[in-house]
Amino acid sequence: MNYFPDEVLEHVFDFITSHKDRNSVSLVCKSWYKIERYSRQRVFIGNCYSISPERLIARFPGLKSLTLKGKPHFADFNLVPHDWGGFVYPWIKALAKSRIGLEELRLKRMVVSDESLELLSKSFVNFKSLVLVSCEGFTTDGLAAIAANCRFLRELDLQENEVDDHRGHWLSCFPESCTSLISLNFACLRGEVNLGALERLVSRSPNLKSLRLNRAVPLDTLQKLLMRAPQLVDLGIGSYVHDPFSEVYNKLKIAIQRCKSIRSLSGFLEVAPHCMSAIYPICGNLTFLNLSYAPGLHGNKLMKLIQHCRKLQRLWILDCIGDKGLGVVALTCKELQELRVFPSDPFGAGNAAVTEEGLVLVSAGCPKLNSLLYFCQQMTNAALITVAKNCPNFIRFRLCILDPVKPDPVTNQPLDEGFGAIVQSCKGLKRLSLSGLLTDQVFLYIGMYAEQLEMLSIAFAADSDKGMLYVLNGCKKLRKLEIRDCPFGDAALLEDVGKYETMRSLWMSSCEVTLGGCKSVAEKMPSLNVEIIDECEQMEFNLDDKQKVDKMYLYRTLVGHRKDAPEYVSIL
Amino acid sequence: MEVGLKMTMKGGGGDHVGGCDKEKMGFEETELRLGLPGGGGDGEVVRKRGFSETVDLKLNLSSKQDTSGIDPNDEKVKGLHQEKNLLLSAIDPAKPPAKAQVVGWPPVRSFRKNMLATTTQKSSSEESGEKAALVKVSMDGAPYLRKVDLRMYTSYHQLSDALAKMFSSFTIGNCGSQGIKDFMNESKLMDLLNGSDYVPTYEDKDGDWMLVGDVPWEMFVESCKRLRIMKGTEAIGLGHTKSCGEMQEEKLKEVGVVNRATCSFDLVGRLLHACTSSSSSSSCDEKLLQSQQMDAWMDGAVWLCYYY
Repeated sequence: MNYFPDEVLEHVFDFITSHKDRNSVSLVCKSWYKIERYSRQRVFIGNCYSISPERLIARFPGLKSLTLKGKPHFADFNLVPHDWGGFVYPWIKALAKSRIGLEELRLKRMVVSDESLELLSKSFVNFKSLVLVSCEGFTTDGLAAIAANCRFLRELDLQENEVDDHRGHWLSCFPESCTSLISLNFACLRGEVNLGALERLVSRSPNLKSLRLNRAVPLDTLQKLLMRAPQLVDLGIGSYVHDPFSEVYNKLKIAIQRCKSIRSLSGFLEVAPHCMSAIYPICGNLTFLNLSYAPGLHGNKLMKLIQHCRKLQRLWILDCIGDKGLGVVALTCKELQELRVFPSDPFGAGNAAVTEEGLVLVSAGCPKLNSLLYFCQQMTNAALITVAKNCPNFIRFRLCILDPVKPDPVTNQPLDEGFGAIVQSCKGLKRLSLSGLLTDQVFLYIGMYAEQLEMLSIAFAADSDKGMLYVLNGCKKLRKLEIRDCPFGDAALLEDVGKYETMRSLWMSSCEVTLGGCKSVAEKMPSLNVEIIDECEQMEFNLDDKQKVDKMYLYRTLVGHRKDAPEYVSIL
Repeated sequence: MEVGLKMTMKGGGGDHVGGCDKEKMGFEETELRLGLPGGGGDGEVVRKRGFSETVDLKLNLSSKQDTSGIDPNDEKVKGLHQEKNLLLSAIDPAKPPAKAQVVGWPPVRSFRKNMLATTTQKSSSEESGEKAALVKVSMDGAPYLRKVDLRMYTSYHQLSDALAKMFSSFTIGNCGSQGIKDFMNESKLMDLLNGSDYVPTYEDKDGDWMLVGDVPWEMFVESCKRLRIMKGTEAIGLGHTKSCGEMQEEKLKEVGVVNRATCSFDLVGRLLHACTSSSSSSSCDEKLLQSQQMDAWMDGAVWLCYYY
């Protein structure tokens, strides 16, 4: 294989873009490893504690784009205390000191301080793209630094972050010379923005393709922005409240009709549903529609809107759409691949508006469906079996029955058979989330059939250790396993500790594992960090190995124990 | 159920009485059967339950189901007892099931929860609101019904104007902007003596027929399911609340009489307006009753209206 000069191999490797493939390439031989590492520009690190910034820099000197993920997934649901970790500052500091010409930084579930953002903005001349998803710890001051200092900024994409909003002078910090913006998303900001500055910014950004506004941007401004940016491909509407007979609304109608390129629509953070007709002209071309933050839009108005969206591939919606509304989706959206139905009232206790019926309708009407997130009132085995038959192409299947241990309401049986049908039929299933009443049986099915499964989320399920064992033994490609409130104990945990080195991480909370069991894992596997998260600090006073562990998070790592863990985290 | 009783006494419209009774029963049934559109295969009435009750259900599993062959009870009971994440202090059957929230369930990002909470708050405080409150409007004697969206209006006055416009086809002519006063002053009213009396009423969430105008506008919009401009004879004993303000009492001294078949519906609209022209949600029905008695409207021959 050394017939070719390095440059040729490098050129060939340029065509290999997937992280997995590049990782594989680097394992072939030393020379390929060397060529690959010098030519690598994009690196994805799924767990920021699995490697250190120094080692990253040493291996990939040509790094341009870095993706980092911090906290475990269950942190989204308040299961991980604040200050657990996931700080980005050390990474930025290390990269700033090095000669890395960072251009893109994508972070998920990390703690990002204003200090980090400021350092970032001043350290990399060619910095182009900042994407923050579910992050926290920064304020609009940090955004101001990015705006002011990143002269060639193309993308500022803030998705669902908790931002301390100091009332938006940050938009004014984009200098007049900044004309390179392609994507601007500040929908998650809660405060006011300088509307004039926003209008001027959009006016001088001819390449702007994606614009997602927050709720502080009124219709009047929206109309002006659309007039200036008819080339938009992705639009997030902030406030959509107005008088249907007003001048502004007429102007909006005209503005929207000029936007022939819009393929993705979201927002409607405030909505007066009488006037959705202005949107109809662009509906026919939409491939992505996200109305999951618009509880004001439901009933006939919503259905009428959806009836215009014949090319939809991805739909994110609230459960107030109802089973009937999902029927409309099934009839209209024949190209649908991804459906997410969120609860409009998570603690409404029984007022969820979708059931198994809606899901069955969509599965029957949308044969291309391959990704599902579905919060519902109830589910039946019969429905799941039907869905499995209708849609064998599921890659992601996440079902959340709001009542955590609810059986099939028709037969009063657990949902083992239903989920069993899903994993048996969907041979390409990579991600699965279970809910409802479930016994060990469902895990037997998962272990037997879910050969491609990479991520599994389990809650309030199973009867014994057998459940967890079926999964660990059967799912060869498992990377992430997260479990809460299941009767899995040390026997399951310790059966095959080598398995955890093949996985990114394992989370177990409110299960039956003991301190002794966790210690045992840590002892046998030095390549794992076994973290005990103990907010009540019970462990301080009672170091009995038989003590049950409230929360355990273990992950493989090349750099040993992290140094930034808070008091209540012990790394065994 | 005052209305029901009075209706029965009055003996008017067997259908209506029957309807009331049916409604009563249906309502109770509905109360028990919330939230399960497709279920009930075993005929059991299933209540909505919080997680605490679910927990109780699990603990009593042996009595409910044992079909899987595995005995899930022991392990599950143990597991549940160690459920530290429950916000309930204890699984105490003596306590009424609080709206228990298990930490992190359902698995919705807190960002999303906060956003939706803010959005819902904002919409409910906005007048335009999220839901069109379409209600049917029937007028006794009119050949067909109409529908109005109550959210398009912000006061009884606006509604009355709209209704007047809507049903004006059943009238001899438009009342004009000056309303009843002019109309009456022009002495046309006396010419139209022959009709029955009309009272604007509505059916509320509980299925009761109420006199329009008692409650604040917003409350009315929330609770109104349909409107009916009914004959006065059937309107005795409609639920009402407080008494009129002083100002209206004076004005109510004057009454007029019109023929129901030939007069302008605008009169009814004005009636609505008169009932609630003061901002304190006063009820004019007591005065209505008094006046009605005064004018012996029990014989169904008199149409009363107020002018303001």
